[in-house]
Amino acid sequence: MKKSKTIKVDYLARVEGEGALYVRIKGGVVEDVKLKIFEPPRFFEAFLRGRHYDEVPDITARICGICPIAYQMSAVHAMEDAFEVKVEGQLRALRRLIYCGEWIESHALHIFMLHAPDFLGYEDAIQMAKDHREIVERGLRLKKTGNQIVSLLGGREIHPINVRVGGFYKVPDKRDFIDLREKLERGRDEAIENVRWAARLSFPDFEHDYEFVALRHADEYPFNEGQIVSNKGLEISARAFDEHFIEEHVSHSNALHCVLKGRGAYLVGPLARYNLNFDRLSPLAQETAREVGLTEVCRNPFQSIIIRSLEMLYAFDEALRIIDQYEKPDSPSLEIQPRAATGYACTEAPRGMLYHRYRVDDGGIILDAGIVPPTSQNQKTIEGDLRQFVTGRIEMPADQLTLQCEQTIRNYDPCISCATHFLKLHLERE
Amino acid sequence: MAKRKPKLAVWKFASCDGCQLSLLDCEDELMAVADTVEIANFLEASRRVTKGPYDLSLVEGSITTPHDAERIRQVRRLSKYLVTIGACATSGGIQALRNFKDVKDFIRIVYATPDYISTLDKSTAISEHVKVDFELRGCPINKRQLLEVISAFLGGRRPNTPAHSVCVECKLRGTVCVMVAHGTPCLGPVTHAGCGAICPAYARGCYGCFGPMETPNTASLSDWLIGLGASEGEIARTFHGFNAWADEFRQAGDLNEKKQDDQS
Repeated sequence: MKKSKTIKVDYLARVEGEGALYVRIKGGVVEDVKLKIFEPPRFFEAFLRGRHYDEVPDITARICGICPIAYQMSAVHAMEDAFEVKVEGQLRALRRLIYCGEWIESHALHIFMLHAPDFLGYEDAIQMAKDHREIVERGLRLKKTGNQIVSLLGGREIHPINVRVGGFYKVPDKRDFIDLREKLERGRDEAIENVRWAARLSFPDFEHDYEFVALRHADEYPFNEGQIVSNKGLEISARAFDEHFIEEHVSHSNALHCVLKGRGAYLVGPLARYNLNFDRLSPLAQETAREVGLTEVCRNPFQSIIIRSLEMLYAFDEALRIIDQYEKPDSPSLEIQPRAATGYACTEAPRGMLYHRYRVDDGGIILDAGIVPPTSQNQKTIEGDLRQFVTGRIEMPADQLTLQCEQTIRNYDPCISCATHFLKLHLERE
Repeated sequence: MAKRKPKLAVWKFASCDGCQLSLLDCEDELMAVADTVEIANFLEASRRVTKGPYDLSLVEGSITTPHDAERIRQVRRLSKYLVTIGACATSGGIQALRNFKDVKDFIRIVYATPDYISTLDKSTAISEHVKVDFELRGCPINKRQLLEVISAFLGGRRPNTPAHSVCVECKLRGTVCVMVAHGTPCLGPVTHAGCGAICPAYARGCYGCFGPMETPNTASLSDWLIGLGASEGEIARTFHGFNAWADEFRQAGDLNEKKQDDQS
C-alpha cells in the first residue's frame, strides 16, 4: 500500500514572527512543501509615501526589532544615493561599528537561543541551560556586548535613535569607548571559543549546489557597500536589482518569493557571505575557520551555526579595529540637499542582503518605496531544502522528521516579521 | 511540596517582535526570570507550550485581522492578568497609519491578488477589543520597565511607571533642553516618560515613541513648534507617527493637517 504522510507545524517556534510548515508525502514522494507565512502585513511601503526622507530610518527600523540597524543602514544609503552624498572617513567607520553590534547581538540570539537547542536536543535555551549553563551564559554575555555597541552609538538596543541620513545626530568621544573596548577584547576571545564549540556539534549530511548572493567589496567583508555578486556569475550594482530579481506572489504566503530572473531560487545570509567573501575576513577569522576544519566553501546549511559564529568573531575583531583607529569627526553628519531622484542601496543584514529603493521629490518627500528583505529572498530556497531533506528521509519517524524540518527552516534564521511587512506594493501613481 | 511557579505567556500580534525581544535582551536577568516564573508560552523562544490558564500574559502587537480579533479574546479568557507591551498593542502602532486611509480601495490598488490578503481596515489597540490590566508604553518598551511590570504583577502590586512627560526625564538626566537651547522641535513636553529621555541626550528632539502623557497640552506645543519654524504639515506628521492612533496625538495631528489644508 502506498503510504501517505503529512508533516504539519501550525506555529513555528524559535523564529521571529509567525509562520507554519506543511509537507505532504504520498507514495514515497514529497508532493508538496510550503513554508506558510501568515503574519499580518503592515503596509510599510504604502505609508512611507508622503513622509519626509529624514523620518525614513526611524520608520523602517520598526519593520524588525531584531535587525533595526539593517533597515536604518539600507535606508540612509539609498537616500544618500538619491542625493549624491557620500559618507566617508570616521562617520563611515562608525556605521560599520554599529552594524558589528547588530550582527553580534542578532547572531548570538540565533546561535544560542534559537538554533543550538536543535543540535543539543532541547526545546529552548532555558531547558538547555539546565545541562549547559556555561554555554547559555556565554551566549548571553556575547549578545550583551553586541547590544552595548548598538546602545552606545544608537542610544538604545532596539530601534536606536541616533542614525540619520548624512551620518549621526551625535558622535561619541574617543574616551566613550574605554569600557566597551575591554568587553570587546574579552568577547573576541569567547567568540573564538564559540567557533570551536559550534564546529564540534554534529550535522546532518546535507548539501546543495546553491546560488549564493551577497555583497562584495574591494577590500572589506561586506556591511554597507559593494557589488551584488553570486557564485554563478552575477555581478551588478544595487541600482540594477530590479532588472535581475523578481518577486512572485504565492497564495500560501503573506510575503513574496524573490527569485533571480531566469535562474530561480538563491540564498542570502551568512553562508552566502562566507562563500563569496572568505578572503575578506580578518586574518584571525580565517585562521580560526581553518583551525576548525572549514574550507573556503561550505554548502551545508546546518553548518550555518559555525559560519554565524565565525561572522560574530569577525564582528568583534572589526569593532576593535574601528575603535582603535577612531578619531572624533568634526561634525556628526553631512549637509543634505534633497533633490528629485531615485536612490538604491543594498546592505548586509544579519540574515542577508536587504534592498531599499526610494523615489523622492525635490522637497525630500517620499513618492515611492520598495523594500526586499532577506527572508523573502530565502523562502524559495528554504522550501527547496525541505523538499530535498524530506525526500532522503521519508522513513524517519514523524516526530523526529518534524523536528528536523523545523531545524531546516531555522538554519536560515528566518525573520518572518520582516518578510511579511514587505509584500510588494504597486500603487497607482497619483 | 514546592510552590507552583507562576505561568508567564507572551503573545504576538501585528508587530516587529522588538518588545518581546526586550525580554531576551535582559541578558543579566533572564535566567533569574526563568527561575522565578514558568515560561509557559513564548514561541519566539521555545517550542514548549504549556496549556493555560496563565497568571500573566504579555501581549505585543496590534489587531489587524479578523482572526487576530478572535484570538485576543481567547488570550483574555486564558489570562488572569493581561498586560500590553509597546506602542502597537497600546495604540495600534506605526501600522495604524492605514487608519487614515480608505483601506478597501487601498488594498485593491496595492495587491495583484487581493484575495490572498485578509486584513481589517484599521490597526487597533488591544484595549479596543478586550479588558487590559495594564499598558506598558514605548516603541520599543524599556526593558527595566518590563522587569518592573513582571515583578509587580507577580507580587500583586501596581507597577511603578511614572506618567509624567519626557521633560522630567531630561531634567533628571541633566540634559539641557534642546528646544530652549538649540531651537530643536521636540515632542518631549507632551510625551509619556519611560525611555529615559534618550533623543535629547543625543542632540535631537523627542519624536513621541512612548505616546501621549497624561493630559498633554498639544495645542500649546503646536504653537511653540510653529514659533520654531516648523510647518503645520511637519507637525501633523510628527504627531501621526508611532502612536498616531492614540487619541491625543491623532487629534493634534488632524488639527494641524486641517490648518495646513485651510492655508493651501
